[in-house]
Amino acid sequence: MPHSVVQISGHIIDSLILPKVLDLIISLGAEFEILEIQVGHRRSDRSHARIQVEAPTPALLERVLAKIKEHGALPVDEGEESAELQPAAADGIFPDHFYATTNLTTWVRVNDKWIEVEFPEMDCGIRVDLKSMRAECIPFHRVKQGDLIVVGHRGTKIQPIERQVPREGFEFMSSPVSTEQPKGLLIREIAETMKKVRRDNGRILVVAGPGLVHTGAAQYLVKLIERGYVQVLFAGNGLAVHDIETALYDTSLGVYLDKKIRASEGHEHHLWAINAVRGAGGIKQAVETGLVQCGIFYSCVKYGVDFVLAGSIRDDGPLPDVITDTLEAQDRMREKARGVSFALMMATTLHAIATGNLLPATVKTVCVDINPAVVTKLTDRGTFQAIGLVTDVEPFLRALCQHLDEQSAGTAPS
Amino acid sequence: MQLLMCPPDYYGIEYEINPWMNRSRRSDLQLANEQWSALRRVLQERCAIDIHVIDAEPGLPDMVFTANAGLVWQNKFIVSNFRHEVRRREAVHFAAWFRHQGFEIVHLPQEYFFEGEGDLLKCGDSWLAGYHIRSDIGAHQKIAEIIEQQILSLELASEWFYHLDTCFCPLSDKQALFYAPAFDPYACRVIENHIPHLIAVSPAEAARFACNAIVVDKCVVMNDGCPQVHEQLEGIGFTVFETPLSEFLKAGGSAKCLALIIQ
Repeated sequence: MPHSVVQISGHIIDSLILPKVLDLIISLGAEFEILEIQVGHRRSDRSHARIQVEAPTPALLERVLAKIKEHGALPVDEGEESAELQPAAADGIFPDHFYATTNLTTWVRVNDKWIEVEFPEMDCGIRVDLKSMRAECIPFHRVKQGDLIVVGHRGTKIQPIERQVPREGFEFMSSPVSTEQPKGLLIREIAETMKKVRRDNGRILVVAGPGLVHTGAAQYLVKLIERGYVQVLFAGNGLAVHDIETALYDTSLGVYLDKKIRASEGHEHHLWAINAVRGAGGIKQAVETGLVQCGIFYSCVKYGVDFVLAGSIRDDGPLPDVITDTLEAQDRMREKARGVSFALMMATTLHAIATGNLLPATVKTVCVDINPAVVTKLTDRGTFQAIGLVTDVEPFLRALCQHLDEQSAGTAPS
Repeated sequence: MQLLMCPPDYYGIEYEINPWMNRSRRSDLQLANEQWSALRRVLQERCAIDIHVIDAEPGLPDMVFTANAGLVWQNKFIVSNFRHEVRRREAVHFAAWFRHQGFEIVHLPQEYFFEGEGDLLKCGDSWLAGYHIRSDIGAHQKIAEIIEQQILSLELASEWFYHLDTCFCPLSDKQALFYAPAFDPYACRVIENHIPHLIAVSPAEAARFACNAIVVDKCVVMNDGCPQVHEQLEGIGFTVFETPLSEFLKAGGSAKCLALIIQ
């Protein structure tokens, strides 16, 4: 039956307003249930009641709600204050005291309506478009003069997330950084979550550091890509350089991965690899021309995985695919992170934190690193939804692939 | 006691926002001035009330009805949100006057209409407040938060008695003039429960605005032509001063509407 919850407060007992409202509901042919009532103790104290109104038809419900509104009974979300909006005075500058966002699902109240803020991201502002009645998180550099920005906290609300949702993945993972927990169980759970994400056509994001190549774990990431468990890959220059170095010379940082011995002049391999890809014009071209015939990025190109390589000041080269403008890299990562529902961060501190900053808190995030401080840093900087697994990335990925292979649910990207 | 009044310099029936108003029944400005001055004299000379006067503003004929300007509470002036567009500009002038006098100006949320003392009268420890025709019940809730006192909201049921002060007049903590047909049954019960000694006003004298009286201790100042109420009041020890206010009745107002309690 159509129903709605109203609230009424004031001196509603002595003024007989509450019995009047209840009588009205009945006399108009609807029903009520008092969900909550708080009666003031002293004469000056106000009382408060929350009432559920049920009517046989939506039209009658509307009529009843309109009638009792005249007597002060308002739908629970009415009478709430709207968010304060101020225009940005210049490009790139928010108004003073702008509402700084969290990564939680957020709503703002505009023209007496709650609207959900699109693309939740921490440490941004909220831009409201009154014409389309849409609101979105935007970073500093996207502010344009005249944009209406939410100022202060009035008329805003957030949806806290439950860390543990029973009977849904991650239920064993109660501690955010687990050095002491049985890893096999956790890895199995991560595998199950990834399978479920893919069954639901969700997107999985992998963020990886070059340690993945140095430890010989690249082959497992390749497997994940081949089995359709990676839709987006974020990394820096290093991962791609050493992956391609391996493809061209069988070494990573000059060390043969199969023999664990240093190659003669091996330290030059990764620079030659950079040079070769620069010569080809980029990773995609290097794959298409047959220069690169295996490895993570070969698989990315082959299976159509979106990758974003963000540069840093200590990069060698870099590869032509590396985005050296930080804001441009942020924007590309932002764009590619949209629609991701699971993020797996491995053997990288800075890229993990950078990605964590861009993700809504609703994205399940697993951070795997040999150093527990990485996960702590990630959560300290606001990605509190991250679950940490302290282990070397090679055995982790090996075990993950085994669990995924047990009953593969992934479908290769078309 | 101190009251605020506004001379009827620009008074007239220029629009119709209650059933009493009829633009074809014009008021006599000179007579209105004489009646207003006579009321002022009675209040000052017979009741020893200090009268403050705010300048009238052209284009605001109802500014003379100062009771609707807002509510004075301690050092605060809660300014009205008039329901009718034609009266909204009055609020600016009243707020300016009170600000100049050193009062803190309090604005209610725009979505709640409130018409001052016209709909809010103190009776003993509580306030009685009229709603539904001019003021909104939501305004009462906001004001109760501000003044931290009990406000009993009463639904007004007749367009002819569109403000609480047209159909109800507290005389003391336990006594009041009351015209029951102006209220819905719940409001009648609240008034009956709250005030032990009610003087029922006849329809004829209610229409002469008997309830729209100014009460100062044992003095009651009201429009003339209300012999029954006059007699009943004198019977319980009040001194009644009748003063003709026929020109203001044409706009649906009388003695109480013409004065706002400042102190």
